Amino acid sequence: MATLQDFKTAEKSWWCPGCGDFGVLAAMQKALVAVGAEPSTTAIVAGIGCSGKLGNYINSYNIHVTHGRTLPAAMGMKLANRDLLVLAAGGDGDAYAIGMGHFMHALRRNVNVTYIVMDNHVYGLTKGQTSPTSESGFKTKTTPKGSIDRPVHPLMLAVSAGATFVAQGFSSWQPQLARLIQQGIEHPGFSLINVISPCVTYNKVNTYDWYKKSLTNLEEDPSYNPHSRTEALARLDATDELVCGLIYKEESVPYEDQVPGFREEPLVHQNWNVDSETWNQILANFD
Amino acid sequence: MIAWKIGGEQGEGIDSTGDVLATVANRMGYFVYGYKHFSSRIKGGHTTYKVRIANRRVEAAIEKTDILVALNQDTIDKHSHEVNGGLILADSAFKPVLPEHIRATLIPLPLTEIAKSHGSVVMRNMVSVGASAALLNLPAEPFLSYIESKFGRKGPEIVKANQDALMDGFNRVKDEYGQVSQLTLENPVPGDRLVITGNDAIALGAIAGGCRIMCGYPITPATDIMESLIKWFPLVGGTVVQMEDELGSMSACIGAGYAGARSMTATSGPGFSLMQEGLGLAMMAEIPVVVVDTQRSGPSTGMPTKQEQSDLLSMIIGGHGDGARVVLTPSTLEESFEDGHEAFNIADALQTPVIIATDLSLALWSQSIDRADLNGPAVQIDRGPILSGEDLQKLGEEVFLRYQITETGVSPRTLPGSLGGQYLATGVEHQVNGKVSEDPTNRVKMMEKRLQKLEGIHAMRQGVKWEGPEDADLVLLGIGATVGAMREAKDALAAEGHRVAISWLRTLSPFPVEHFQNAFKKAKKVLLVEQNATSQVGLLMRAAGVYDDNRISTTLKYDGVQFFPSEIIDAARPLLETYAEVTQ
Repeated sequence: MATLQDFKTAEKSWWCPGCGDFGVLAAMQKALVAVGAEPSTTAIVAGIGCSGKLGNYINSYNIHVTHGRTLPAAMGMKLANRDLLVLAAGGDGDAYAIGMGHFMHALRRNVNVTYIVMDNHVYGLTKGQTSPTSESGFKTKTTPKGSIDRPVHPLMLAVSAGATFVAQGFSSWQPQLARLIQQGIEHPGFSLINVISPCVTYNKVNTYDWYKKSLTNLEEDPSYNPHSRTEALARLDATDELVCGLIYKEESVPYEDQVPGFREEPLVHQNWNVDSETWNQILANFD
Repeated sequence: MIAWKIGGEQGEGIDSTGDVLATVANRMGYFVYGYKHFSSRIKGGHTTYKVRIANRRVEAAIEKTDILVALNQDTIDKHSHEVNGGLILADSAFKPVLPEHIRATLIPLPLTEIAKSHGSVVMRNMVSVGASAALLNLPAEPFLSYIESKFGRKGPEIVKANQDALMDGFNRVKDEYGQVSQLTLENPVPGDRLVITGNDAIALGAIAGGCRIMCGYPITPATDIMESLIKWFPLVGGTVVQMEDELGSMSACIGAGYAGARSMTATSGPGFSLMQEGLGLAMMAEIPVVVVDTQRSGPSTGMPTKQEQSDLLSMIIGGHGDGARVVLTPSTLEESFEDGHEAFNIADALQTPVIIATDLSLALWSQSIDRADLNGPAVQIDRGPILSGEDLQKLGEEVFLRYQITETGVSPRTLPGSLGGQYLATGVEHQVNGKVSEDPTNRVKMMEKRLQKLEGIHAMRQGVKWEGPEDADLVLLGIGATVGAMREAKDALAAEGHRVAISWLRTLSPFPVEHFQNAFKKAKKVLLVEQNATSQVGLLMRAAGVYDDNRISTTLKYDGVQFFPSEIIDAARPLLETYAEVTQ
């Protein structure tokens, strides 16, 4: 059994002291240990931005892709080798700006991949510009008079786009966040965990203290039913998505279990030579 | 050799009529070449399907038509000039009128009415085929057994109705116009041949070469590759994913390639532009992936259903930064099949993207091919240098370095799942261990490593092909579908006594400089034949040091219509004459 130490690397972090991403990294490592994962069978796809550096700090197979394209790459990996535990991670810009097109379609495609979005409502690595999740009126270098755009609501989008598992965590609330990631990994299908991961350098509005005051914990509300799409949407709307915990989950059969003729044995381990009988069957189309 | 053509509105069964004729003629031992004129719309709009039938290989379009089947007056108005002294079979339903200046025999037949009498207007295709068979002086029997074999599943009633419709068309021509057609085909050449397109050939190559993941976005003229693989993959356990766009298609293939599967995407110009982003990542992180660019007229949306070869430079140097990619160019069905599987071995061997540069005419038009030339089970799969879990154990204390500097530039990789082989693959510049670095010395070392890998390609395949006398007076040079037209032009000029050769590139990038220089050293005159406006191959030749303007002429075509052999002959003739004058 792998330990927490097994998932760590010797790499020194590039993140600012106090960055929320440290908490996300720690929770991911804890979740991997909790599900009994091994570094050699874990594959992580990271995007561009501060969050994208994550791959440097987790000992596993890692691919650091182009901006916004984590989800297609994660899908490709999972279909190539379905024995792998595949995680994707990126920031709010990666997920909800440049990667929004892939986000919507990954949700409805439902390949068994866990997606962790490190959401800080601001662009950090490019040194402080507005993000799709920035609140209206949010002042940055690209919105000096305050953002005119209205923010996206990724959780409501996800629930309505056909997601089978949607949760939100907070990087400071470690045990819950690790548990949510673990549940996401164990969910047989696509799981989204949006994580509030404050930027201590460029977001002076949505701070740790602000979140601690604003967030409500769904786990403390026994009346909340995460298996109802209607209830999930209503709660997200009423709280402006400022909730933590499991938001929505439904019964799910992942994409790869539904592809006609797709095999249990991972593609990468199969014999790829085509036998004569199969070949003649294919050529019969052209006779 | 006979050229038959049918014309009408798109969506009226034009394709199925041409397909039946081509398939049956092929079964009878003839060689066929079938090509279309179509537009980017579902129904309506003028469309034609032409089939050339011969007792030798045909792989080019020509202007002349021997038999024109017209389902509307528009077809007669637009195409009767091609029928010089030939036959025009027209549906009497539209009261066909032959323009005065046209010398052709009009054969009005109630095609629609006959079809209806057998149950449905849909069967007009069979009536047309039957009537055409009679005009071609072909027996009806092979057509009847074709219907039996293709429609058998649909039940005996359907088979009989279609056969009756076909025979009705056949007999009406025999009875009413018995002696009108003097057309006769040469004796067929029996053989085991299939009718496929270049897209089919690439898809077949891919499946034989171990491709099991195809992620794509539909686009003319590449979509067939995706659709064929969707049909066949369940037989071999693969999957096609229809992605949300080409950015996603490319990224998904990269993910699969990183994990060790053989993945491909197929697109055309507009999609290829989006894929440049992913190509950069695959080059930088050294991930094998295969991309097919079935070129069409550009830029932008251009002419989606028209032929062009204008993405060449984009395939070689498109995108930002200096990168190591391989571009292969097939020019026949056999080469399309070969590249379809070879691309995967090359991608795995060099750990970099491999692009197959094909074009609309080569990709879409159907031709006869020997079954023996499509030997899927014989294809060798070589997955390139991979360290298994066991290999890693043997390293002992030695640390696995994914991007280790080697003699060839290629470093053995590990696949996710192998114990101890974990590494970071990133689009950021990195060190031999995969960790990111902006160190100047490291940067130079890694850039050179990636570029050096490409040198391995020329030992793996012949970069330049040559057909005809080595000391020809004129060499026709081209790529893709143009080569078929060049070959027919060469044969026609050779029949007149000229010494003409043809040559075509098999690897476009890295350019086979040495081989190319040697091949063209002795060439007296060269005619470069390109289907683009800026002579992109010419630019590559110049870069390779072959740019003697006294010897090399260029003919370019960018009207969207593929080259006719006659156009190449017209461009070649003055060059042959000049040469004759000089030597006299």
